[in-house]
Amino acid sequence: MYKYDHFDQSIVDARVAEFRDQVNRRIAGEITEDQFKPLRLMNGLYLQLHAYMLRVAIPYGTLDSRQMRMLAHIARKYDRDYGHFTTRQNIQYNWIKLEECPDLLAELATVEMHAIQTSGNCIRNISSDQYAGAAADEVADPRPWAELLRQWSTFHPEFSYLPRKFKIAVIASPEDRAAMRLHDIGLELVRHNGELGARVFVGGGMGRTPMIAPEINPFVKADDLLSYIEACLRVYNRYGRRDNIYKARIKILVHEIGADEYRRQVAEEFAHVKTLGIDPPLAELERISAFFAPPAFDAADVEPDRSDPDFAVWLDQNVKPHKQAGYAIVNISLKPIGGIPGDATSAQIDVMADLAEQYGFDELRVTHAQNIVLPHVAKRDLHAVWQALREADLANANLDLISDIIACPGLDYCSLANARSIPVAQKIATRFADMDRQRDLGELKLKISGCINACGHHHAGHIGILGVDRKGVENYQLTFGGSGAEDVSIGKIIGPGFDEDGVVDAVEKATEVYKTLREGDERFIDTYRRVGLEPFKEAIYG
Amino acid sequence: MVEFRYRTDEVTEQPSVTLDAFLDQSNATAVRLEPDDDARALIPFLDRLTLIEVAFPKYRDGRGYSSARILREAGYTGELRAQGDVLVDQIAFMRRCGFDSFAPEASLNPEAIARALSTYDQFYQKAADAAVPVWKLRHG
Repeated sequence: MYKYDHFDQSIVDARVAEFRDQVNRRIAGEITEDQFKPLRLMNGLYLQLHAYMLRVAIPYGTLDSRQMRMLAHIARKYDRDYGHFTTRQNIQYNWIKLEECPDLLAELATVEMHAIQTSGNCIRNISSDQYAGAAADEVADPRPWAELLRQWSTFHPEFSYLPRKFKIAVIASPEDRAAMRLHDIGLELVRHNGELGARVFVGGGMGRTPMIAPEINPFVKADDLLSYIEACLRVYNRYGRRDNIYKARIKILVHEIGADEYRRQVAEEFAHVKTLGIDPPLAELERISAFFAPPAFDAADVEPDRSDPDFAVWLDQNVKPHKQAGYAIVNISLKPIGGIPGDATSAQIDVMADLAEQYGFDELRVTHAQNIVLPHVAKRDLHAVWQALREADLANANLDLISDIIACPGLDYCSLANARSIPVAQKIATRFADMDRQRDLGELKLKISGCINACGHHHAGHIGILGVDRKGVENYQLTFGGSGAEDVSIGKIIGPGFDEDGVVDAVEKATEVYKTLREGDERFIDTYRRVGLEPFKEAIYG
Repeated sequence: MVEFRYRTDEVTEQPSVTLDAFLDQSNATAVRLEPDDDARALIPFLDRLTLIEVAFPKYRDGRGYSSARILREAGYTGELRAQGDVLVDQIAFMRRCGFDSFAPEASLNPEAIARALSTYDQFYQKAADAAVPVWKLRHG
């Protein structure tokens, strides 16, 4: 875990003071809501349908038990006793009072947390692989690189008024657990002749024009990274479209001028930027990396007792192999049947913090699928962890199954939404509540967005659902064939939309077609890719 | 009107001309860049320019920040003025990008500006100002 030094702390403390001043000016009427808006938006504070919503950054989704407990404390003291974990590995609070916001941020700062750049047209929270430091297939821990980028991007003076928001993901495994190529910039750490560097992908994204980022550079060395990314951003800041908010993301620029021309412009800019001395020495990356050294693993490699069938199901579904013998990665599903995807109560957040402290080397991760991970749990402790999770209603064994749904807040909260997402997620999860049935369907990533902005990642869903407004009535379009993993693809709309119950029925029919046509251990998406849309369409519309 | 100026030399009296006019008429010493003008077009002429005014028609349009850095990185030492929709909370970023004078459309409170410029004393990145980035302070 990264620990702030006095430099980091002074920057976050200064931010709290600055925001307190801005809020005071607003409350005193010295500035109008119009003038206040860009200021609060630089600090993750949105005015939603019913109240202010505050988004708190969880850099690369990593936090310790002290920080997790603070999130519970904030939910209890400033909100309605729960928080909502997001697809950017952050947490949102939906019922914040403006006048209390400065105190809330001051409390966050005491545990090295903040809400800096969680909104606005700037570089947002850097996301990463939730299994970083624990995955057997990683070439290195990606988080030091993410932290280096966090610091570089924090209050970047040139890139705080970009054409549009800017999202960066860093992974270090061939298996992509972070939807890396659906980011404005995706970095994959790789080794060339023993040296660690980054493959750079630019111009991916979801929203109303989903695109998969093309590779712009196969290998950028560690000590060139910030210069190269700065060059990528400068080309975008100068030439990204500003005439139309829907065409302002970098994906449109890269698409319009072409990956080759963008690559050429970045290379030219990089040749110049590299002369400016903006890259920290490698000693800085080494300093940061030391904070992410592996914990003192010492548990014997014992297989857990599988005699309790419920425990065995949870082991098979939610527990993943760790690179260290004797250890495992525990996924905690925040998707109880009929619940709100990504929500957790203060009490549940505290339970997860306690478990991390007692059994998990004090580490937790937030996943882009809105779940929580304990990355380092000794196998001998798995049963105790499971029992504690079960008592807190956190032992849902549905990781990557059809009820492990990503959903945006939708029309229940969001001022941009056209349709509700949460009730659809609840109905689908309830329809497929039977555990044997879900497990028989296997990995099936279902993702729901309540508007075309695609916060619920529907484009990347094996099954995606997009809520639209059709003449004042909520209507749901279905897409099939998307993926945010290493087999990245964008889902395609299968035909006319449905009402709320209709879309649940259509999903069920699609799963029946899959069960009939699947071969071997094909997943839903594999079968769909092999047989195409026709048989599904026939069953759903025929 | 210039409201805040962080230089001690004389203010240029000559009105600034557009980039196109400047490139045609080589004796001007003051030029005005619109957001979509390429600041690099001025690089061959920086020695004889005393004022470059960068227009911010809307505060959201951040192209001028890149223009400023490009000019400073190319060695321009004359006055670099931000003009237009310039707000209190942008001044600190603009100073870091190399602007040293400000002509905001709507008058700004000097106290608020002073406060905005003194809020932060540590910076993560190297930019166009004299601030030493945190990584350099850490490693010498």
